[in-house]
Amino acid sequence: MELVIALGIGVLGGSGVWLLLRPRTFQVALGLSLLSYAVNLFIFVMGWVRGGRAPFVAQGAPVDPAAFADPLPQALVLTAIVITFATTALLLVVLLAARGLTGTDHVDGVEDEE
Amino acid sequence: MGAAEHLVIAPVVLPLVAGALLLLVDERHHAAKAALSLGAALALLAVAALLVARAGAPETHVYPLGSWPAPFGIVLVADRLSALLVLLAAVLAVAALCFSLARWHRVGLHFHSLVQFLLAGLNGAFLTGDIFNLFVFFELLLASSYGLALYGGGAQRTRESLHYIVVNLAASLLFLIGVALIYGVAGTLNMADLVVRLAGSAPADRVLAEVGIGVLAVAFFVKAGAWPLGFWLAPTYAAASAPAAALFTILTKVGVYAVLRLWLLVFGGASGAQLLAFAGMATLAFGTLGMLSSQSLRALAGYALLVSSGTLLAAIGLGGAAATAAGLYYLVVSTLGVAAFFLLIELVERAREAGADVLAVTAEAFGVDRQEAEPEEEVGLLIPAAMAFLSLAFLACGLLIAGLPPLPGFLGKFALMSALLAEETSAAIAWTFTGLLLLSGLAATIAFARAGVRVFWGAPRIAPAVRLVEMAPVAALLVLCALLCVLANPAMAYLQDAAAALHAPTSYMEEVLRR
Repeated sequence: MELVIALGIGVLGGSGVWLLLRPRTFQVALGLSLLSYAVNLFIFVMGWVRGGRAPFVAQGAPVDPAAFADPLPQALVLTAIVITFATTALLLVVLLAARGLTGTDHVDGVEDEE
Repeated sequence: MGAAEHLVIAPVVLPLVAGALLLLVDERHHAAKAALSLGAALALLAVAALLVARAGAPETHVYPLGSWPAPFGIVLVADRLSALLVLLAAVLAVAALCFSLARWHRVGLHFHSLVQFLLAGLNGAFLTGDIFNLFVFFELLLASSYGLALYGGGAQRTRESLHYIVVNLAASLLFLIGVALIYGVAGTLNMADLVVRLAGSAPADRVLAEVGIGVLAVAFFVKAGAWPLGFWLAPTYAAASAPAAALFTILTKVGVYAVLRLWLLVFGGASGAQLLAFAGMATLAFGTLGMLSSQSLRALAGYALLVSSGTLLAAIGLGGAAATAAGLYYLVVSTLGVAAFFLLIELVERAREAGADVLAVTAEAFGVDRQEAEPEEEVGLLIPAAMAFLSLAFLACGLLIAGLPPLPGFLGKFALMSALLAEETSAAIAWTFTGLLLLSGLAATIAFARAGVRVFWGAPRIAPAVRLVEMAPVAALLVLCALLCVLANPAMAYLQDAAAALHAPTSYMEEVLRR
């Protein structure tokens, strides 16, 4: 399980970095999205990979922490998802504005001379 | 908990509420919006002044949100350094808002709300004692800064903002990776608790946590504009509108603040000091070269900001408490000076339409600046004395940024050098840094003299249309600097206490973890 998740994070992160370094704004936006998925998974994994365990405890009953998942990374991931979602939306608006104002989707606003 | 204790959260709540209320007021009611926004900023100034006055007795004010005790809940911590930076942000906000009343706040939508949200994020970042909360406040201030960087529109602003947003989004993801690594090892996000947990962790785990902190540091370096992560800074700030750029001068200081706080708390200023010093010196050298190569005043101001960032990072890395205190003095002075300069540039540019065209041609040839002439709306009456005021203010900004007497830029640099050279350790690096600092001062003098000659003597002069409400904030910031020079002794005493507390964070840890 750890290996699958680690490979998943690696593939997402690698693809994200590659796209981030591309010259088209849309590729950059996609790259940032992929990177954010990789980072979100990474945060999630920091609470250890354990299947079938609830992140909350019953009131009053004696608690064995080993039987439960860590709820904090899940809360962190939720916050991170919301924030990256909002900022990516903002980036898309700026991307469209830049496309409209400069007439090209190159990140520098001018086409490369080839 | 008395009412006075709630003062710690006021710098976050006040701008947040004001910004939200401002969204409800229709854009046609300029006067009402301006009054509400400026009123909130003035109230923030008063709160920040109170925080500074209260700082130090007791050493650290801790505010547990929802009364949850420290390792479990999120705490806000107001010590001398946090209070000072909140005050600095409030001063800049009042100046920028006042300046914007002449023209800028009516150019686009929601200017006041953006400024207020930026303030909420800034103050939260300065006050929080929790790493993930720091991330949230960083995002809040960055999101508003994206809006402010774009404010006023235009192709150039949009292009530079796009770079700015992409770089900072990537940096935010690094921030998250760092936070996740630290949490994975220490199982806590509270900064004080983190120190305790890391001290008791196995060596292999500690290495992982240090990697996490290193990744965090990269994210902070991007915000601080450290070389080689700061290439976005000068073009973005040069493209931003004048009040936004003046406010942005403190954004780089958030990165410096985060490095200062976390590095001294977690590492106690031991490992990684050389790396910090080299990053700082490289930034300083890059900023110096940038200042010399600047074809426009705005680029000059942007590179002056890089010089200030580099100086601060190197000062933190190289020295002990005395150097940190001097660095903090320099931080306050350079932030005020560059902010005043950003405001001044717009006024000066109104006076030199003819010269600007020639400059634009040379700038195009070098490909350094991508300035575009912006249709300027003429505001205000023609005041013959305005030119005299502008040139005097320009001189003052130049003296401040280059660090020449009698203004306090000199005191900051002098205190920094004497503190570094008095210390026994790593003399070679300290001397190199001193040399670089002197060289950067010389470069700033040359750049300012050249620009001043070009602007005030070279080009055919047009009497600029400048309003009192635009001159007042520039003058106020410069007078504040002069006051810092006159009151250098009490100011330095306060900063020395702040630096001592940073270098020996026992009081911070005790106060935070006691509750």
